[in-house]
Amino acid sequence: MTKQTFEITVDGETRSVIAEPDMPLLYALRGALEKKGPKFGCGLAQCGACTVLLDGEPIRSCVTPIDSVSGEVRTLDGLATDGTPHPVQAAFIEEEAPQCGYCTNGWMMYAVAMLEKNPDVSDQEIRDNFAGLKCRCGTHMAILRATKAAADAMKA
Amino acid sequence: MNEIVKDRAGLTRRGLLQSGGALVVAFSVPAGLAGTAGPAAAREPHRPLDPAALDSWIAVGEDGRVTIYWGKMDMGQGTDTGIAIMAAEELDVDVDVVDIVAGDTALCVDQGGASSSSGVQRSGVAIRHAAAEARRLLLELAAEELEVPAADLRVENGTVVAASDASKSVSYGELVGGQLFSHKLDWNGRLGNSLELAGTAQPKDPSEYRLVGTHIPRKDVPGKVMATMDFAHHLVVPGMLHGRTVRPPVAGAVPEAIDDSSIADTGAQVVWKGNFVGVVAEDEWDAIRAARDLAVTWSEPGPQLQTDTGGVHDFIRRAEIKSEEHTTDDGDFDGALAGAATVVEAEYEYPFQSHARMAPAFGLVDVRDGGATIWTDSQKPHSVRPGVADVLGLPIENVRAIWMPGPGSYGRSDADDGAIDAAVMSAEVGRPVRVQWMRNEGIAWDPKGVASVSTGRAAIDADGNVVGYHYGIKGFSRQNMRSRGDEAGSVLAGHLLGREPHNAYAARSPEQSYAFDAMRYTEQVIDPLLKVASPLRTAHFRDPMGMEVHFGQESFIDEVAEAAGADPVAFRLKHLTEPRDRAVVELAAEKANWQSRVGPNPDPGDGAVRRGRGIAYAQRNGAVNALVAEVEVNLETGEVYVPRFILASDHGQIINRKSMRTTLEGNLIMALSRTLFEEVEFDPEMVRSEDWATYPILEMAQVPQAIDIHMIDRTDIGPRGAGEASTRIVPGAVANAVYDATGIRIRKLPLTNAGVRAQLTGA
Repeated sequence: MTKQTFEITVDGETRSVIAEPDMPLLYALRGALEKKGPKFGCGLAQCGACTVLLDGEPIRSCVTPIDSVSGEVRTLDGLATDGTPHPVQAAFIEEEAPQCGYCTNGWMMYAVAMLEKNPDVSDQEIRDNFAGLKCRCGTHMAILRATKAAADAMKA
Repeated sequence: MNEIVKDRAGLTRRGLLQSGGALVVAFSVPAGLAGTAGPAAAREPHRPLDPAALDSWIAVGEDGRVTIYWGKMDMGQGTDTGIAIMAAEELDVDVDVVDIVAGDTALCVDQGGASSSSGVQRSGVAIRHAAAEARRLLLELAAEELEVPAADLRVENGTVVAASDASKSVSYGELVGGQLFSHKLDWNGRLGNSLELAGTAQPKDPSEYRLVGTHIPRKDVPGKVMATMDFAHHLVVPGMLHGRTVRPPVAGAVPEAIDDSSIADTGAQVVWKGNFVGVVAEDEWDAIRAARDLAVTWSEPGPQLQTDTGGVHDFIRRAEIKSEEHTTDDGDFDGALAGAATVVEAEYEYPFQSHARMAPAFGLVDVRDGGATIWTDSQKPHSVRPGVADVLGLPIENVRAIWMPGPGSYGRSDADDGAIDAAVMSAEVGRPVRVQWMRNEGIAWDPKGVASVSTGRAAIDADGNVVGYHYGIKGFSRQNMRSRGDEAGSVLAGHLLGREPHNAYAARSPEQSYAFDAMRYTEQVIDPLLKVASPLRTAHFRDPMGMEVHFGQESFIDEVAEAAGADPVAFRLKHLTEPRDRAVVELAAEKANWQSRVGPNPDPGDGAVRRGRGIAYAQRNGAVNALVAEVEVNLETGEVYVPRFILASDHGQIINRKSMRTTLEGNLIMALSRTLFEEVEFDPEMVRSEDWATYPILEMAQVPQAIDIHMIDRTDIGPRGAGEASTRIVPGAVANAVYDATGIRIRKLPLTNAGVRAQLTGA
């Protein structure tokens, strides 16, 4: 394979990336675009640490080839507005949800995707939304509290 | 003790003069370290790195900011904030003005890294003493400056004010800003976890606390949530290559031939040294492709791992005992057993488990000019430093390890291995190399938690009294790899370059205050399944062997209680001797509305789902916890669900209340995952658990509905580590609850659906 130039729009900015067509989006985000939110956890779409939003839907950037990306990519780095945390970020800070913080990106991006569509969610819907995400430190209870608080803030 | 410098004008000169004393080791930049960024800049070249020098621990800037140089680091439980709280409390400054520099071997004294949950318990207490002494010196300087007796001074957030005349004040920054204290502390002469410091000043009495025991927001959280914090994984250094390691398909295989042309299209370069194989490339994806595609001819050593997942516990039973110790041997247990009216006996099996960090191993190393700079997320950078020096044959003084945050570590994980891999590759290619293991390596090749078989035997007399009690554990060593990756035999790359493991024989015994007339605890350790470069090498995994030992012990206590005709809580309270132990058991039982009974729940429900509750308790290094688990067992699927935990915890003095709570929640959830799901699968050729599908951990669907935490704050005894102590009680509490719900005693972890179903139907 040979490297090609791809244009991707991330957090409102269109950037050129030179890469193999099958290179997962994650490596462009981590590399040339210097994003700190999405992280390498498994490269297998099994943990969610690499999650970004593509046109509002969570995708696993570690298995998404860059040549398949068309649409608006949104990362944790781009959630805040002029330095003001997104309500999900504000709630995760208030609850002190992360421990090591390595997986937190995935949980927040799934929370944002869910709550921006509909903040009126039940406790069970919050749990179901997080299926497939992993956290090794065991911060799940704090994540649930934070997500519920974010939902309340976004309903208000 | 040096004389206190009271002349502000002379402080700089005299401080510098005194810092040249024989006991003070000045930090100078060794070869290969030039141009490193980050916290290095925070410390002036003349600042000492001598445990007995106050200046090694605390610096006050001209702006009044306080820097604490800490020889441990935070693994995500907020321990750095805890250290800042303890220092700020003694210094009478706000936590916000305290900065923590952690885990840089050029800047921080070796306090053992993250280890034994001793962050606040030991290193924090040392820094508490240093901070108290610094405050005393600052007040003496202020007394001179303000011409007021020291006793008439008070401190308001770093400004010393005369009580009699508020117009008289001077700030810490004005008193010593940027200068050295040039003052000696009493140091107990030890490095690592057991390092202790003392000064003339006594730390505050708890009645004077403003900060300790409250909730102070963690310093690390906003950066993690806002994606502004640098993890080690974000670091890029000039000239850096991306490295990937290439592992054999079967354990014990070594490379015989490598076809470089197989990766020609990636532009990557092969690194082959001894039995170590890796690739480096300018581009990360090219390195990943090259590692995946590289054609290596491996030797065919035949099955090396001797047994498999299903056979490992019988293997342990049969294996030659290499080390045996009766850690408790009170009274005549054998006599009690011989004379018993009833003997209770049971065995408990615990699997190999993986640290399985959220990201597998990382390391970034720049080897040049006879030295090395290491950026590592290892929880023991002071051990990685000698490890790299040993593997590469470098003088240790030319090696510097700089810790940066990474995924949670939980003991002697693969982190140390990643750093050494990067060092080997950097030395070979002459450029900085960043190594990131892939997911399969992170689970298949990390050092494992110990598989074991425990045996309980109890003698009960005709009146139902327990007159003899024995609990023993037999298993692999928790120190097949040293807990410190500080020499080549304790890291994978060292093995691949010809070194053999250190392999101490180490196990663990119950940490509890049960007393029986005759009692014995026994530890038996066997050899590893494969000595060198083993995917089943064993090492410390969060609360090393605490889970193994107390799963069996607390299950067996329940079995003995029933045989003696006693309720599990009543039986524990009858035999526990420590008041703090009794207090947490009583508190957990009270908060769980414990209903006393002998034997299983007579009313567990009549559908597919049966309900029960169980208790377990244990100490750990001065902390003590009791846990009640409520469970639902689905008789058809075998699924065990824990809707509610009730924890009573006593970790001595609480430093940061909310961090304590979230830490305890994390311990319980991680331990629940290990109880219900985690088992490393392997066959005689290789470990087969290599991702989250083949090594499942708990997900949100299995998280309890409620975790009730009841904390006892014992300000009088100082802090006791909370990072691990409440993990070891989880499997016993859950297994006891499963028995309560079903009448079936499950003596084998994990409690997977299939495993539980098999036990239920086999009964």
